[in-house]
Amino acid sequence: MRETEVLVVGGGPAGLSAAIEAASFGAKVTLMDSDLALGGQLIKQTHKFFGSKNERAGTRGFKIAEELFKELKEREENIETFTNCTVTGYYKEDGVVSCVKGEDEYFHVKPKKIVMATGAQERIIPFPNNHLPGVYGAGAVQTLMNVYGVVPGERVLMVGAGNIGLIVSYQLMQAGVKVVGIVEAMNKIGGYWVHAAKVRRLGVPIYLRHTVKEAIGDRFVEGAVIQEIDEKFQPTGNEKKLDVDIICLAVGLTPTCELLWQAGCKMSFVPQLCGYVAQRDKNMRTSHPDIWVAGDAAGIEEASSAMVEGRIAGLGVVKALGYGAPEEIQGRLEEYHMRLADLRGGEVGAKIREGIALCSVESWEV
Amino acid sequence: MKLIEKHPILEYKHGRLVTFTFDGVPMQGYEGEPIAAALHANGVKVYRETPIRKQPRGFFCAIGKCSSCFMVVDGVPNVRTCITPLREGMKVETQRGKGIVKMDL
Ligand SMILES: Cc1cc2nc3c(=O)[nH]c(=O)nc-3n(C[C@H](O)[C@H](O)[C@H](O)COP(=O)(O)OP(=O)(O)OC[C@H]3O[C@@H](n4cnc5c(N)ncnc54)[C@H](O)[C@@H]3O)c2cc1C
Ligand code: FES
Repeated sequence: MRETEVLVVGGGPAGLSAAIEAASFGAKVTLMDSDLALGGQLIKQTHKFFGSKNERAGTRGFKIAEELFKELKEREENIETFTNCTVTGYYKEDGVVSCVKGEDEYFHVKPKKIVMATGAQERIIPFPNNHLPGVYGAGAVQTLMNVYGVVPGERVLMVGAGNIGLIVSYQLMQAGVKVVGIVEAMNKIGGYWVHAAKVRRLGVPIYLRHTVKEAIGDRFVEGAVIQEIDEKFQPTGNEKKLDVDIICLAVGLTPTCELLWQAGCKMSFVPQLCGYVAQRDKNMRTSHPDIWVAGDAAGIEEASSAMVEGRIAGLGVVKALGYGAPEEIQGRLEEYHMRLADLRGGEVGAKIREGIALCSVESWEV
Repeated sequence: MKLIEKHPILEYKHGRLVTFTFDGVPMQGYEGEPIAAALHANGVKVYRETPIRKQPRGFFCAIGKCSSCFMVVDGVPNVRTCITPLREGMKVETQRGKGIVKMDL
């Protein structure tokens, strides 16, 4: 059976950072991602990132990914990378991990330590005909247009006016696709004002207190009916039919945590982090002594914090494996913790801080 | 193919153009890119039919997590076409029902 010191599951910003950090101390790392390319959500982001300068604010998402790929390359003698390779299971009895390369080449790996950086999954909302092709997650629309250059459709209804809904609307327009409107169930825009202003300037109506009533179509989406709702989310009777071929759902993400459940990690439901997450200590170790977690899988946040968490998890792993000088590791950890605190500071970080407090433990060793 | 021709920020690097078939109809797509993306560029949106209610399903998550894009590829059912790379001469078919796995026992 294949053996490795550190298995990193997921090659998004969190996993890449964990792999790079662990390899920088000489640990042998295996990085696996189910997608055809590394980079996770990051390679789909064409806009300039917000956040702190330390975490490369002002740089476009896919450019940040390129910087991480460069660092990965510099460490390549210590990092073995697999793409199109899905980690499908964890066996508690012997710590063996099952994987599938492509769709039919199964194999097993026995790692000493694991970092779970599996990112997030898109939420879906119920409405008649939501199964029709043409009802796509915002991530899927981004993949089509920003990674593969495929026109996702002609006319789009965006559902959700949070940052993702606003940013993807703008990206659609950059790709030459018409955004017919954005519906938002709340009575205010959830995303940042700058993003909302950009799409409004381009003439896209944002319908607050509106939701999708149904998708129209037989084999695929040929239209949508939107409806107004009151404070109690009940329909007011005001409806509008829109001529669209894509209904893009940007109604939130939830952490991908199946493998953590399988491994028996202690989990908590934390609404502020958008779902079930693993309880963790300060250095991202879960209740399972060989498993760490980082990034959106540990709670929906941002790429900037995902990268720092990945670095912290990577350090936690090398420390447990006995690599590196303890003072050096401690020094780096302190720096990363400061950067995280910075990212989560102020009013915008309040919700995340609350959420993290709900699933943090002082230490597992007590 | 419905491809984005001009983008203010991105430059697309495509692989080699190859021919594959969808339900017997020859189509073109880029080698190494997801089968589902190639189909979408060719205007194909329905990838399978559900076992009981025979409802159409297509692309949804694009990250291999939702099962919506399962198709029969070179005779193998339940292939996640959103993360399976396209190859020259692939035989891609609409999946009806659960798909039959051929077992050599
Ligand atoms: C439209 C949009 C705009 C955004 N804008 C910003 C912004 O301006 N600033 C910012 O900081 N953040 C932004 N983000 C958020 C950011 O992209 C994510 O928070 C970040 O990508 C999370 O990183 P991650 O590594 O945890 O997960 P992901 O990037 O989701 O990566 C997870 C990886 O794990 C892989 N994987 C999952 N399960 C398995 C498995 N079982 N086996 C193998 N591989 C697996 C996936 O294929 C994926 O590549 C934005 C997100 C979106 C969608
Ligand atoms: S679209 Fe979700 S698994 Fe392929």
